[in-house]
Amino acid sequence: MTLVAAREAFSADRARAAASAPRGRSDAAVPPDPDPLPAPLLQMQGVSLEYRTPDRVVRATHRIDLDVYAADRFVLLGPSGCGKSTLLKAVAGFHAPVEGEIRLDGEVVRGPGPDRIVVFQEFDQLPPWKTVAQNVAFPLRAAGLLGRREAEARARHYIDKVGLTAFADSYPHQLSGGMKQRVAIARALATQPKVLLMDEPFAALDALTRRRMQEELLALWEEVRFTLLFVTHAIEEALVIGNRVALFSPHPGRVRSEVNAHAFNLASLGSGAFQAAVQRLHERLFEAAPEPAAPAVPR
Amino acid sequence: MNQHVLPPIRAEYDRVLAPFLEAPVARALPLSTRLWQQGWLRKGLILAVLALLWEALARWQNNDLLLPSFLQTLQALGEGLASGELLDRVRISLAILAQGYLAGIVLAFGLTTLAVSTQLGRDLLSTLTAMFNPLPAIALLPLALLWFGLGSGSLVFVLIHAVLWPLALNTYAGFQAVPETLRMAGRNYGLTGLPYVRQILIPAALPAILSGLKLGWAFAWRTLIAAELVFGAASGRGGLGWYIFQNRNELYTDRVFAGLLLVIAIGLVVENLVFASLERLTVRRWGMVR
Repeated sequence: MTLVAAREAFSADRARAAASAPRGRSDAAVPPDPDPLPAPLLQMQGVSLEYRTPDRVVRATHRIDLDVYAADRFVLLGPSGCGKSTLLKAVAGFHAPVEGEIRLDGEVVRGPGPDRIVVFQEFDQLPPWKTVAQNVAFPLRAAGLLGRREAEARARHYIDKVGLTAFADSYPHQLSGGMKQRVAIARALATQPKVLLMDEPFAALDALTRRRMQEELLALWEEVRFTLLFVTHAIEEALVIGNRVALFSPHPGRVRSEVNAHAFNLASLGSGAFQAAVQRLHERLFEAAPEPAAPAVPR
Repeated sequence: MNQHVLPPIRAEYDRVLAPFLEAPVARALPLSTRLWQQGWLRKGLILAVLALLWEALARWQNNDLLLPSFLQTLQALGEGLASGELLDRVRISLAILAQGYLAGIVLAFGLTTLAVSTQLGRDLLSTLTAMFNPLPAIALLPLALLWFGLGSGSLVFVLIHAVLWPLALNTYAGFQAVPETLRMAGRNYGLTGLPYVRQILIPAALPAILSGLKLGWAFAWRTLIAAELVFGAASGRGGLGWYIFQNRNELYTDRVFAGLLLVIAIGLVVENLVFASLERLTVRRWGMVR
């Protein structure tokens, strides 16, 4: 029912995305869509992940298949222990899959790199010995993407974008939690990664700051049209931030369903359709026995 | 009596607040409090009280041979400095100290880099520190004299021994304590190997490394003076420890005290000027230490 509105909302994005990404249009991928889909930017094919504790090997995710298209705001939603963070770290290259593969732009992901910058939940992701400006320029310099001067200029540009111009020369310990996350986002955007990975970036913030950060993130997306992979356990946040939400079931993590959420933004928080969508996701999350891992298509 | 009493319903109100002008929102602390917050003033006061106690004790004892007074010691110190003899001794001591200290630092970093990168390196570091850290450097001096002869070589050897183990232990502990998120952020930027150690691990572990450097410095200074006291004239031109030893033999107790005072003064200067400024410029500015 909410899917019908997709066309209009996204037709504007198409032109932009087509200009920036050679692969073509970005679109909300609905499987029964008669249009042929563009090649996905980020592909997860049968990705199983395991982690080791001192006395056992635990399967975190089991055969995940997900396609993320250019300019998607793709949200991984699920309860804790469903492997969504682990999957994000695998995309970042910190964990290698035990089966399946992760492809970015057709290339198999091997190890971490600056084409997939992560915004972590923890505030200690910013080296405390660098000022805000130095922090934003650090990955540009470390990865050898830009010279000193260009890196500084680009850092200033993105610091302006997140509204921290006055704090460019402050050290991270002098900033509040929300400001630190803004620096982390500016740093990630400055690197101009192929995919921006966010691991519950607003979970450690207070509710008011979180709301403001969500607004700002969406405004930045309107402007920059980056591709976002976003992990959260909050249903409302998933629907507001994402244009598409993958719902995970835990132990081991499998994709339960993928839903479209492009119709929602912060303004629709109280609306009936939004409440219904929340309710639907809520029911699926709290169902007693999780169904087998066939991705269900919402109707 | 009645458990179902409900709180009364009160009227709502909305007040427009005028700007607050009755008193300044922030005011300066009184001068005495501001002065007391100066670390150098508090420490200076402690030193002055100690000197005063010393002077009083010496005058009450009234025996120059056993305990010269503070003023007599200062006079001997002034004479020694004026004649240039003390300065010369200090120069000799510090030159040897610098060699041993720097060599110890280089070796400690090599050992810890090995320890963070390989399992075998880790085992090597923990075994070696467990074996050698408790061993007093002075106890190695007879052996060092046998191997390296009566010269600065054996002093440098014991100094390295004094610096290497505590510094390696501290640095390694600092590397271990670097938060996982920061490590991942560094690797996310594409840093690996030596650039990763230099740009992420070392700055992040700097509080522990600095405390290791301080510890190493204290151990080295102490070991050097003791070594010179025992075997000092080794190379024919002894350092500060040898100066103390010589003057004790000749019963110039005030010069012995002047030598000791200089040992203490150099220690204080290095601690409060060199290390304190290093900390102020780095870990304190970055908010990693309060």
